[in-house]
Amino acid sequence: MSFRLSFAPSTDLADEKLGENSENLIEIRALKYSRGHRAIFDGLNLTIRRGEITALMGPSGTGKTTLLRLITRQLIPEEGVIYVDGVDISTLNQSGLYEMRKRFGMLFQNGALLTDLSVFENVAFPLREHTKLSNRLIRHIVLTKLHAVGLRGAADMLPAQLSGGMARRIALARAMVMDPEILIYDEPFVGLDPISLGVIVRLVRRLNDVLGITSIVVSHDVEEISAVADRSFLLSDGKVAASGSPDELRTANSELVRQFMHGMADGPVAFHYQAPGYEEQLLGRDIE
Amino acid sequence: MKQTFLDLRNNLIEFLRTFGAFQLFFLRLLRYSPEILTTRLGLVVKQVHNAGAQSLVIIMVCGLFVGAVLALQAYSNMSKFNAEDWTGVAAAFALVKELGPVMTALLFAGRAGTALTSEIGLMKATDQLSAMEMMAVNPVRRVLVPRFLGGVIAMPFLAAIFSAVGLYGAHLIGVEVFQVDVGSFWQQIQLTVEISDVNEGIIKSIVFGVAASLIAVWEGYNTVPTAEGVGHATTRTVVITAITVLVFDFMITAAMI
Ligand SMILES: Nc1ncnc2c1ncn2[C@@H]1O[C@H](COP(=O)(O)OP(=O)(O)OP(=O)(O)O)[C@@H](O)[C@H]1O
Ligand SMILES: [Mg+2]
Repeated sequence: MSFRLSFAPSTDLADEKLGENSENLIEIRALKYSRGHRAIFDGLNLTIRRGEITALMGPSGTGKTTLLRLITRQLIPEEGVIYVDGVDISTLNQSGLYEMRKRFGMLFQNGALLTDLSVFENVAFPLREHTKLSNRLIRHIVLTKLHAVGLRGAADMLPAQLSGGMARRIALARAMVMDPEILIYDEPFVGLDPISLGVIVRLVRRLNDVLGITSIVVSHDVEEISAVADRSFLLSDGKVAASGSPDELRTANSELVRQFMHGMADGPVAFHYQAPGYEEQLLGRDIE
Repeated sequence: MKQTFLDLRNNLIEFLRTFGAFQLFFLRLLRYSPEILTTRLGLVVKQVHNAGAQSLVIIMVCGLFVGAVLALQAYSNMSKFNAEDWTGVAAAFALVKELGPVMTALLFAGRAGTALTSEIGLMKATDQLSAMEMMAVNPVRRVLVPRFLGGVIAMPFLAAIFSAVGLYGAHLIGVEVFQVDVGSFWQQIQLTVEISDVNEGIIKSIVFGVAASLIAVWEGYNTVPTAEGVGHATTRTVVITAITVLVFDFMITAAMI
């Protein structure tokens, strides 16, 4: 396997038996997935360690959300294997898959709250579906989780009445309500004001440290994510372009990593989508 | 020429594939139905209420006018043979056997069916169905089956209401406007309309209920998850339901003659 970039991941041990190292919660090997004719992942290798906060970063449209959906088998890869806690998830049947998903909590990019239920009922939804807890107990749990995200006062509102940032915080409360082992956050910091941002960042850290949860955080927010992540993966062109601790990434001498970490428009990642010449097009010459 | 043939072949294959998937989808809904009806009846009741309440007013208004127009037509023809007393019978036959079930299904598709499709389509477009999947809740079982059953249960009642209100409309025109004797108006209906005629209407409304609800949830579930996709899906619900209902209507009528 050859990497175009000088800074290649060295942590992925190719010969290690998959699913046997109990420190690794999620192992992805030689993953291939395409949309139409476009390969989104082509030979992706990635390991997520138990109990750590792992950051997935990468330019918009590289497939971070897609990767989360592949890990949770909402999408099925064309090639490659994904192990979650020692189990090859392609071998699971429907009920096995649901059992596995009960160990996950996922915060969707846009919240994905159920529009016909109140905020309270949204957070209570997994409890009502999967447990026989009394109403009293459910109320207790839901209010605790809402309090943790600072929105206990919004319990009776409908999702349509929430702002984007509020919706995402409610979705976070819902993701935690079953006390999952693995929490997946798809861009949790977008659209939050500085105060809620600080609270949520600390919440992510605390859930991880106190409850021993393994966290996967997708974010563009280099500063925020560097502050909380134990390990980061920078995805580009369907592969892991770089990985390491935030400090390692910051000081890496790969051009792509530098461009991404420091937000520069020029570099290996083109800011502009492929297009005809700017001047040509403005002057209308490309039409002739 | 060869190209046309190939296109035709591909279209046929595509159609058969979709149709097969549609049948499997139907079986999936049926598989979960008994369980939902016994353990989650509340969800179904809520959907019966939704589907029924949405369509009730338009169904009553349309029923009234359809019954009235039937009586107008019947009276103006029957009176040529001095058979005005049969005005009610003509309207009753048309309502109970044909127009009640058919018009109800068409109105249901336009009102409740489109609402179902766009609701489910939007849930898909906003990742709500994926979120359920991630919470280990099967969206087919939790979202689609109660909505499907709600439509199936509501339809026969709506069709019955349509026919009843329609008969009242016929009464208004026949008895109140044209002064047909009220006793013979209703007695002729009672003597002529058999229980088998009513059964035909009931069977039709059950079949149409299954078809209309199934198409509505199918289109919602298979929506292309964008705003435009939801728009297309609701249109398709109306068109496909209308065609299906009319074809089935012909087939059931032919089978029962
Ligand atoms: N349903 C779909 N059909 C076709 N292409 C899709 C679909 N969903 C995503 N894609 C494509 O897959 C690629 C990866 O999408 P994805 O949503 O995973 O990106 P992302 O890394 O999460 O981006 P962002 O940071 O903007 O959320 C994109 O280029 C997108 O065009
Ligand atoms: Mg994304």
